[in-house]
Amino acid sequence: MLSSARQRRSFMIQLLVALSVATGLLYLLHNTATNLAERGIASGFDFLSRPAGFDIAFSLIPFGEGASFARAFWVGVTNTLFVAGISMLVATAVGLAVALLRLSHNPLFKLLGGTYVEIARNIPLLLHLFFWYFAVLRNLPGPRQSLDFAGLVFLNIRGLYVPFPEERAAMIWLLLLFVLGLFLGHLLRGRAVRLRVTQGRFPWWHLLPYGIPLFLPGVFLLATAGSWTFRVPELQGFNFSGGLQLIPELVALVLALGLYTAAFVGEIIRAGIQSVPKGQREAAGALGLSRFDTLRLIILPQALRVVLPPLTSQYLNVTKNSSLAAAIAFPDLVLVFAGTALNVTGQAVEIMAMTMLVYLVISLSISYLIHCFQMRVLRYDM
Amino acid sequence: MKPFWLGLCGLSSLVYSGLLHADTLGEVRKRGVLRCGVSQGLAGFSSPDKSGQWQGLDVDVCRGVAAAVLGDASKVKYRALSAKERLTALQSGEIDVLSRNTTWTFQRDSQLGVDFAGVTYYDGQGFMVGKKLGVKSAKDLNGATICAQLGTTTELNLADYFRSLSMQYKLVTFEKNDEVVAAYDAGRCDVLTADRSGLYADRTKLKKPDEHTILPEIISKEPLGPAVRHGDNKWADVVRWTLFAMLEAEELKVDSKNIEAMKKSPNPAVRRLIGLEGDLGKNLGLSADWAFRVVKQVGNYREAYDRNVGKDSPLKIDRGLNALWSEGGLQYAMPFR
Repeated sequence: MLSSARQRRSFMIQLLVALSVATGLLYLLHNTATNLAERGIASGFDFLSRPAGFDIAFSLIPFGEGASFARAFWVGVTNTLFVAGISMLVATAVGLAVALLRLSHNPLFKLLGGTYVEIARNIPLLLHLFFWYFAVLRNLPGPRQSLDFAGLVFLNIRGLYVPFPEERAAMIWLLLLFVLGLFLGHLLRGRAVRLRVTQGRFPWWHLLPYGIPLFLPGVFLLATAGSWTFRVPELQGFNFSGGLQLIPELVALVLALGLYTAAFVGEIIRAGIQSVPKGQREAAGALGLSRFDTLRLIILPQALRVVLPPLTSQYLNVTKNSSLAAAIAFPDLVLVFAGTALNVTGQAVEIMAMTMLVYLVISLSISYLIHCFQMRVLRYDM
Repeated sequence: MKPFWLGLCGLSSLVYSGLLHADTLGEVRKRGVLRCGVSQGLAGFSSPDKSGQWQGLDVDVCRGVAAAVLGDASKVKYRALSAKERLTALQSGEIDVLSRNTTWTFQRDSQLGVDFAGVTYYDGQGFMVGKKLGVKSAKDLNGATICAQLGTTTELNLADYFRSLSMQYKLVTFEKNDEVVAAYDAGRCDVLTADRSGLYADRTKLKKPDEHTILPEIISKEPLGPAVRHGDNKWADVVRWTLFAMLEAEELKVDSKNIEAMKKSPNPAVRRLIGLEGDLGKNLGLSADWAFRVVKQVGNYREAYDRNVGKDSPLKIDRGLNALWSEGGLQYAMPFR
């Protein structure tokens, strides 16, 4: 292969720069390690296997006595993912509604949508958080004067208590089966559509895929629900026990994150819908499609192409903004690991590196997933 | 290319200079001001008063060090630190001494690259509950919701105590002490846990202080004292013996008011302390009248205790474990000879 002198020179310079950057990084790492050792500060990742010694207020995975720092780390990660996931759902749902409000012909709806967007996105997220946590949820009554809904659901300053079975693992299986059902249903429906295209009519089972997401968990429920113990929350001593407790910190965080991001998502979706050429809507009207069908079959799929890149940014923002949980005592990764664990072990360098890595991995995964979706389904040429 | 390599060499020299330069005493002298790490507002230990001046027992220790080293107790720059960042600030060199009601523990001494230069206050962890709950002892707290400050030994001791009694609890932690107290006052949790001195201080800030009681159990040892960086023995000596000077002055009945008159005292111990005899200051790298300055400008331990947490303060905590060894307490200054 012939390469000109120019190419060779350019290659050598790039190699040199890459080597010096690598050397610089190695030097920094070595220097940090030496400095830490010199000052008698413990370093290394052995602390992860030691018992943490503290408790965590909210956790999706079991975190009991003698649990290690590594487990505390995973509790932080799952809590962050949980909060970010729910907030993304809330933001997308409310955002879609807001976009449709702003696009409607009804002046009242337009005003409602517009006011919501301007208020929500112009106030800093931290203030949203403080509003929901201190101004709203702090003013709920104490446990002994809880708001009582049919004796099953209780609302007080310590949280929202709903009846829930004792077997937490079973609930996670249920959720996983539902997601699996969605995935399988999607695949099967794709196959049904392909068969219709080749053979001219739908196969006899073409409606079944819609039922699979409900069918799979349903079977699981029937098989196991008999052995479940459903607990209704009851006031025992200081607090309610039994059932599921949603702590106010979680609710405030989800509301603040969700409603704040919904304003941005709403504007993005509105821009996407408005970017679809007017001719599409006119043609759909000429074909006799209703307004709702036009939206569902013609407008939204085309708007999706425009909407996805900025929407990815908003989802990444939700994930990173969830770190504000530290301001209101919700045990996310920052509070549990880069807060309590950092203070207890004092190993700032390792802990901060791990925390930053987690956020980086989560963000990269989200953008990669959406990128894949864009390439395969929407056939972007990038 | 050349500027790049020059820059890299310059950067590395900066970094290496930090490594070898473990001479905080010299740096403080050169700078002319002592950088002291304090809390974000804990009544009695370190809190700003109405005019913004920092007051408290921990503050007085810093002022003592400034008087000893720089000659003027007011040459201190205070840095308010949360429990999370206090030790990192000391490790990284942002402050010269950490006087922030920090407990002297094994782990902090051995793993975090800090050394404790003494015990300012012997404390212990306790609980505060509302009287309405009718709880008389910490053993009745099974299932309670407890508020604590993030990143302190409080959380760890709490877990240990409840585990040893096989009791359950729910934890709510905040970064700032003010937030913890506000959450407890609003009813977010049943119990507030902190060092007992902190509980007395926090009770004065509640909406209805009389409706809250502090339970009798002390569930841990919390010796609070100033911390300095590991490896700087000279500086640690300065801080350690400043604290001892205040204790020794109380033992010898020397205080800020009579110290001028004490110059005429025939008592050799007094004369050594004030600097009229011996060369104690020289060995610390300070001038001969270093202890004289400390006691005159800040006072002895009794004066500092009384005005901040004792009988002349709103907290009115009695000396208890913090009395002198000769009066039944634990405070003991090493011999000044």
